[in-house]
Amino acid sequence: MIQLEGVWRTYRVGDSVVHALRHVSLAIRRGEHVAVIGPSGSGKSTLLHVLGCLDRPTAGRYTFAGREVGTLSDEERSALRQKSIGFVFQFFHLLPRLTAVGNVELPMLFAGVPAQERRQRALAALAAVGLAPRAGHRPDQLSGGECQRVAIARAAVMSPELLLADEPTGNLDRAAAAEVMELLEAMHARGLTLVVVTHDPAIAKRARRVIQMCDGEILEDSGALADEGGRRGAERPEGAPSAPSQSGVGE
Amino acid sequence: MAPLEILGFVLAALEGQRLRSALSALGVAIAVTAVILLTSLGEGTRQYIVAQFTQFGTNLIAVSPGKVKTFGVPGVLGGTTHKLTIADAVALRQLPGVEAVVPVAFGQAAVEAGQRSRSVFVYGVNHEAATAWRFRVAQGDFLPPGEASRQGASAVLGPKLARELFGATAPLGRRVRIGGRSFLAIGVMEAKGQLLGFDLDDSAYIPVASAMDMFNQSELMEIDVMARSAEAIPSVMRAIRQTLVARHRGEEDFTVTSQTEMLDTFGRVIGIITVAVSAIAGISLLVGGMGILTVMWISVHQRTAEVGLLRALGVTRATVGRLFLLEAVTLAMAGGVAGLALAFATGAALRAALPGLPLHTPPGSVAAGLLMSLVVGVVSGLLPARRAAELDPIDALRAE
Repeated sequence: MIQLEGVWRTYRVGDSVVHALRHVSLAIRRGEHVAVIGPSGSGKSTLLHVLGCLDRPTAGRYTFAGREVGTLSDEERSALRQKSIGFVFQFFHLLPRLTAVGNVELPMLFAGVPAQERRQRALAALAAVGLAPRAGHRPDQLSGGECQRVAIARAAVMSPELLLADEPTGNLDRAAAAEVMELLEAMHARGLTLVVVTHDPAIAKRARRVIQMCDGEILEDSGALADEGGRRGAERPEGAPSAPSQSGVGE
Repeated sequence: MAPLEILGFVLAALEGQRLRSALSALGVAIAVTAVILLTSLGEGTRQYIVAQFTQFGTNLIAVSPGKVKTFGVPGVLGGTTHKLTIADAVALRQLPGVEAVVPVAFGQAAVEAGQRSRSVFVYGVNHEAATAWRFRVAQGDFLPPGEASRQGASAVLGPKLARELFGATAPLGRRVRIGGRSFLAIGVMEAKGQLLGFDLDDSAYIPVASAMDMFNQSELMEIDVMARSAEAIPSVMRAIRQTLVARHRGEEDFTVTSQTEMLDTFGRVIGIITVAVSAIAGISLLVGGMGILTVMWISVHQRTAEVGLLRALGVTRATVGRLFLLEAVTLAMAGGVAGLALAFATGAALRAALPGLPLHTPPGSVAAGLLMSLVVGVVSGLLPARRAAELDPIDALRAE
């Protein structure tokens, strides 16, 4: 479903140039559960943003479900996010003025789902994360774990193909984190492709495939080694040393 | 995406900042109130003046002696100035489309009856003055018809003058001395009120020839011609000019003014003043717009994370911009509507407190007030909306 080939993401900060992603090539198939780990600044969030079509590669190709994202317009990428991609953030990103059910309705509001259907689907999504009784509460009346579950309901309500979670447990205690991960994994079990960015090894261990990043490069990709679909990717760890020389050319 | 639902989202966002929203809308409201009240006052004043003048009848054309010219000096270079005479008035009466003609001469004189004396304006007119000026006689009769060039001994008194001179006793048939001459009081007018400081009820009406003789005037001060209808006014004015030029040996040494022209001139002057004053009030609308711009700018800054979220949920740049633009427009329009309400409430309160205050809200100014609010909303919302639309979703998501 996802194909990254030689993707670079370069930022210009003042006079210096920062390479958030250096020649990343990666394939993720439908229904995979992938954890991306690495120290902060390793480019894992940037990778997630590129995967989520929020950011575009500076160089290289990114193909999502057969479409090359780099050539899509803002409208087309927005439509892609709306229909196919769900996001879960570390800080939940709930709108404080809306109730839980209002927050879950939000993606449907902008997708033009009729009000009645919207309410039904939002309540069903909240029930699925065990928060039906809290539907009328505002975020400041909910615990962190509950907020993240509302956010997961919001991400799932449009039935996306891909769910991207950026440190989904980073702001939660152990018990709430476990609950959230169970929810995400249950959604994965129903066929959703799940990519979790984390720096928590315990969270990463729960994934079938772990991609370790450092300095914008993929150091290790357990999934790529495991199957023949990732054979090309398997060369990447060996290919990685060649990247710096390429980056030298790039600069 | 249903516009109504988006409006709901925007309203919820504004309600989230209730005080700030209300205050910024208030700026526009005050401006709209000021514009509406000032235009109402201008329009009210215009209507008041029109009413003041038309109470003396409509379709009036005034002929006055003299003409503003910039060449020659009459009499020196051989040009003769002809006087406006009673004979001129009689000639004008013959013109088609003329309903009444009033030759006018006036001056101030003492009116005495018994031991009482009162100095008032004395108008020399003819019997058609009552018709042309829409005067009604309360008791007795107005001046009798007859040759205008003949002097007469009849006088008609204004109600205030009659009261002052005769008190409770009936004035009809009594003798009054006006300017040292004896007149017979044959009628008393109905109360008419004041016009620009002249108390019409405190005056006397005598035959025009007597007045000219009394005040030692060889010329009429004015001839009032009443046209049969408003449509007839232009043709009557043409006829007046032709007749008088012929009578004055080819010289146009008089001025013909129609009441409509005069009122138009007044209307224009007041209109210009109203527009100028309203424009000054409109500056406060600019200030109101700045208020909305500031509030929206802060709002975009504070809600950066929200913008990031919306973008992640698949809302396009353009829609994000539209949301903030709609927010600004909603604020301004809410202010505009509140301003209208405030203007009407203030107007009603003013009318109750000062019944004489001429206030009349032209429907156009209500529409203009709303339109200006809309424009202010769009203009002040454009910049914040563009800023919101151009936010990088990743940076926006990082803001928390």
